Amino acid sequence: MAAPSEDIPVTMAEAGSGTPRLAVENLRIVMSPSRGRPETDVVDQVSFTVQPGHVLGLVGESGSGKTTVALALLGLVKRGLAIGGGKVLIDGRDILGLSEHELQKLRGRTVAYVPQDPGSALNPVLKVGTQLREVFSIHGGDADRLTQVMAEAGLEDPGPILGSYPHQLSGGQQQRVALAMAFACRPRLIVLDEPTTGLDVTTQRRVLDTVRGLCRTYQVAAVYISHDLAVVAEIADHVAVMYSGRLIEIGAAGELFASPAHPYTRGLMRAIPSMESSHELHGMAGSPPRPGNRPAGCSFRPRCEFAIAECEAREPQPVVVSDTGHAARCVRAAEVTALSGTALTARERAAPPAGQPVLTISDVSVSYTNKPVLRDVSLDVGARQSVAIVGTSGSGKTTLARCVVGLHKDWTGTITFDGEQLPPGVRGRTQDQLRKIQFVAQNPYGSLNPRQTIGQIIGQPLAHFTKLPAREHDKRIGDALTSVALRESFATRYPDELSGGERQRVALARALVVGPELLVCDEITSALDVSVQAAIVELLLRLQAERGLSLLFITHNLPLVRSIADDVTVISAGQICERGPVTQVLTAPKEAYTRQLIADVPSFG
Amino acid sequence: MARRSEAIAVLGRAVRTPQGGTGLVIAGLVVLVAAIGPAVAPYSSTQFVTAPFARASSIAWLGGDILGRDVLSRTLDGGWELLVMAAIATALGVVVGAALGVMAAYYGGWWDSVIMRAVDVILAFPQLVFALLLVSILGPKIWLIVLAVAISHAPQVARVARAAALDISERDFVKAMQILGIPGRRIIRRDVLPNLTSVLMVEIGLRLTYSMLVIAGLSFLGFGLQPPAASWGLMINENRVGLIANPWGVLMPAILIALFTIGVNTFTDAVARASLGVGGRAAEPEPVALVAREVT
Repeated sequence: MAAPSEDIPVTMAEAGSGTPRLAVENLRIVMSPSRGRPETDVVDQVSFTVQPGHVLGLVGESGSGKTTVALALLGLVKRGLAIGGGKVLIDGRDILGLSEHELQKLRGRTVAYVPQDPGSALNPVLKVGTQLREVFSIHGGDADRLTQVMAEAGLEDPGPILGSYPHQLSGGQQQRVALAMAFACRPRLIVLDEPTTGLDVTTQRRVLDTVRGLCRTYQVAAVYISHDLAVVAEIADHVAVMYSGRLIEIGAAGELFASPAHPYTRGLMRAIPSMESSHELHGMAGSPPRPGNRPAGCSFRPRCEFAIAECEAREPQPVVVSDTGHAARCVRAAEVTALSGTALTARERAAPPAGQPVLTISDVSVSYTNKPVLRDVSLDVGARQSVAIVGTSGSGKTTLARCVVGLHKDWTGTITFDGEQLPPGVRGRTQDQLRKIQFVAQNPYGSLNPRQTIGQIIGQPLAHFTKLPAREHDKRIGDALTSVALRESFATRYPDELSGGERQRVALARALVVGPELLVCDEITSALDVSVQAAIVELLLRLQAERGLSLLFITHNLPLVRSIADDVTVISAGQICERGPVTQVLTAPKEAYTRQLIADVPSFG
Repeated sequence: MARRSEAIAVLGRAVRTPQGGTGLVIAGLVVLVAAIGPAVAPYSSTQFVTAPFARASSIAWLGGDILGRDVLSRTLDGGWELLVMAAIATALGVVVGAALGVMAAYYGGWWDSVIMRAVDVILAFPQLVFALLLVSILGPKIWLIVLAVAISHAPQVARVARAAALDISERDFVKAMQILGIPGRRIIRRDVLPNLTSVLMVEIGLRLTYSMLVIAGLSFLGFGLQPPAASWGLMINENRVGLIANPWGVLMPAILIALFTIGVNTFTDAVARASLGVGGRAAEPEPVALVAREVT
C-alpha cells in the first residue's frame, strides 16, 4: 500500500518519459469578482501532462469544469471568467502569456479544436471544399495535401464531399470534415470537446478509431473531453477525472477503470449500465456543489460514502496509489483502490406474468411527405412488462412513441390498448385512454413550464382528470413528489431552481399522478449525467414494480436496455430488425445489424 | 415566494439599471406634468390673457399663443387627454393583436392563414394614413381615433406575438398538456401566454410611443380635439405661424411629446434587456461557435 506521496505535493502528473507535449501546471480559472461577490475559482489546482501521440481523456459530469479547462488550452475563457494563475505549456512554451495576435497564430497551427457539434462549426452557406481550402491557405498548407488529409480522416472519396454543403453530409461525415480541418496543419496538440456525443454508436466507433490513428501517426497529443466513461476507456491512454473544478483522479486508463482510487470515480463506475450483464445501477445522492458554494475540505464529502472527519478539515492533496503515477485527491485513496473492483450487484428481473398484452401495435406505418418513416411496425407490450425500442437517430423510434400517445395522428395500421382500438390523435380518445397512457419526454429542461411552480405543473393533469377538493388535490401532489423521492416542499419551487435529475423526477411525477397503466419514456435519461441516470432508472424500476406499470422505453443506449427491459425491439430505418427477450437479443443476436450495433458499443473491456 | 410574477421581476430589474431608471423618470415627469397640470395651471386654457404671440412676461411666463391665451396653462392642460387616448389605444391594440397572433401560432393551419393574411392587408397601409382614412370617413370622434390607432397596432403586435408563440407552442411542456387532452384555450392561457410576458411588455412600450405620435400627429392635422380645447398636437399646429415671435407655443408641447417618447423608449429597451436574464440563468453565449470560427 502506497503512503501519501511527498514528491508530488500539489500537482497531479501523468507518469511518462521525455518532454511532455502538453503540460498544465496549477491552472486556476476564476469568475471575475462583481457586485460584492468575491473572486471565486471555477477551476483550480489542475495539473497534468500529455506525451506526444497520447490521448488524455478528461472526464467529468456537467458543471465539473472540463470544458473550461479545454478552452484554456486554446488560450480562451468563457465570458465572465479569467485565468487566475498557472501555466499551459505546449512544448515548453507558456501560451497563457501570449498576446491575442500570437494566440491567433497558435490556434489551428499548433493547437487545433474539434467542437461537439460539427454542424454548427461549419458555415452552412459555403461548400465544404471552400472551407477546407480556406484553412489550408490561412495556415500556409499545401492544397495538394487536401485529399490526403481527408483520406486520413476517413473520407476516402473526397470529391462529392468537397462539393457539398454541410447540411448535405451526415453527422459522421461532418465530424470527419471537422477532424480533417483540425489535423490539416499538423498541430502539436488537439483538443476534442465531446466530438462523438451526437453520433450513433457505429459512427462514433469509426470516429474514435480515426482520432486514435491520427494521433499515433503524427505524434499529436490529444485531450479528449467527454462525460461518457466508456468512450474515454476506448480511446484514452490516460484518464483525468474532474469534479467541482478539481482534478480528483488521474492515471493510466486500464488501471483507473479497473481499480478507481477516488470514491467519485468508483461511484461513476457503479452507475454505468453494462452490456455484459444486468446489474443494479447505483446513483449518487446529492448533486455537485456550484463554484463559490463548495463545502469546507473535500468537495465530494457530502456525497461520499467513505467520508471521515479528516475530509472536512482540509482539501485533500493527491495521493499516489501506484508506481505508474495513478493518483487521487482522497485521504482514503489507498483503501478505495484496494476494494474489489466496483462490486456490482446482479439484478434478477422476475419474468412478468404472461397474459393479454396491454398495448398491441400492428402494422403501423408513417410517412412524412411520401418519405416513409415507419414501415409495418408491430410489437406488443404485456402487462407489467418493460419493452425497449432501440435504434439509431432517425430510425423512427420517437415517431412510434408519438403515435402511441396520440401526438402524431397521421399513421396507418392499428394500435390496441386494453382491448380497444385507439383513435389516431388525442382528440378522438376517451378521457380514460388519455389518462392510462402517459408520456415522459426526453429533455427535462423543455418539458416543464418555466412559469409554473412544480405543484402547478403536477396539479394540471390531476385537475384535468379528477375533480378533487383542494386539500385532497394538494395531498396527491405531495404524495406524487414523495414517490419520486423529492420533498413535498418542492411544490412551491420553480423548474429553474431544480437540477436536471430533479426536473426529470418532476416529469415522472406528473405522469404518475393520474395513475397510468402504460408509461411511454422517450430517451428520458439521455440528457442526464450517468450518476443521475442511474438514480432515475432505479426509481423507474421501483415504481414499475410497486404500481404494476407497463413500460415502453425508447432509447439508443444498449447497455441501459440490458439493465431495464424484459423485451427489446431493434428498429432500423423505420423497420423492425429484430425483437425478442433482452437476454436473447443482446447475447445471441440473429441479425447482422444487431450484431454490429452491439459490437460498436464502447466498453471498458 | 421568490418570484411571484415574471412581469414584476423584469420591471424591477429594468428600473434598477441606469438606462431603465432614467427612462422611467423622464416619462414619469411628462405624465406627472400632464396629470396635475390642469389643477395647477394659472389660467383657464381658453382665457385671453395677453396679446397674440406676446413674449414671455410676468403675466404669462411662456408668453401668449395665436389668440393671446396663456401658453403655460394650455401646455399643462393639453397633455392628459392625449396620454389617456394613447394608453387606451395601446392596450386595445396589444390585447387584440396578441390574441390573434397567439391563436394563429397555436392552432396553425386555417386559422393561421386567415389571421395572418388579414394582418398583411392592414399592414399595407401606413399607420397614420390608415387612421386618417377612418377619421376622414366617419369624422373626428375621439373614440374613433382611439379605435383607428388600436386597429393599426394590432397587426404588428400579432406578428410579434405569433413568432414568439410559435416557439413556445413547440415546447415539450405544451406537448405534455396536449397529450392529456386539455383544450387549446386552457393551454394557451396557462402555458403559452405566461411565457410571452416579456415579449408583450416590450411590445406595449413600443406601441405606446407610436400611439402618442400618431394621435398627436392626427391632432396636428386637425383631427382629434377641436379648438378651442388645448391639446399638444393641436397647439403645435396653431402656433407654428408665430414661431419667431413666441417659440414657446410650439416648443413646449413638442419637447414634452419628444421627452415622453424618448423616456418610454429608453425604458422599453431596458425591459427588453432585463427580460433576457429572468426565468432562468442568463443565457450565456456558447463559446464553441466563436472558437470554431477562430480555429478553422
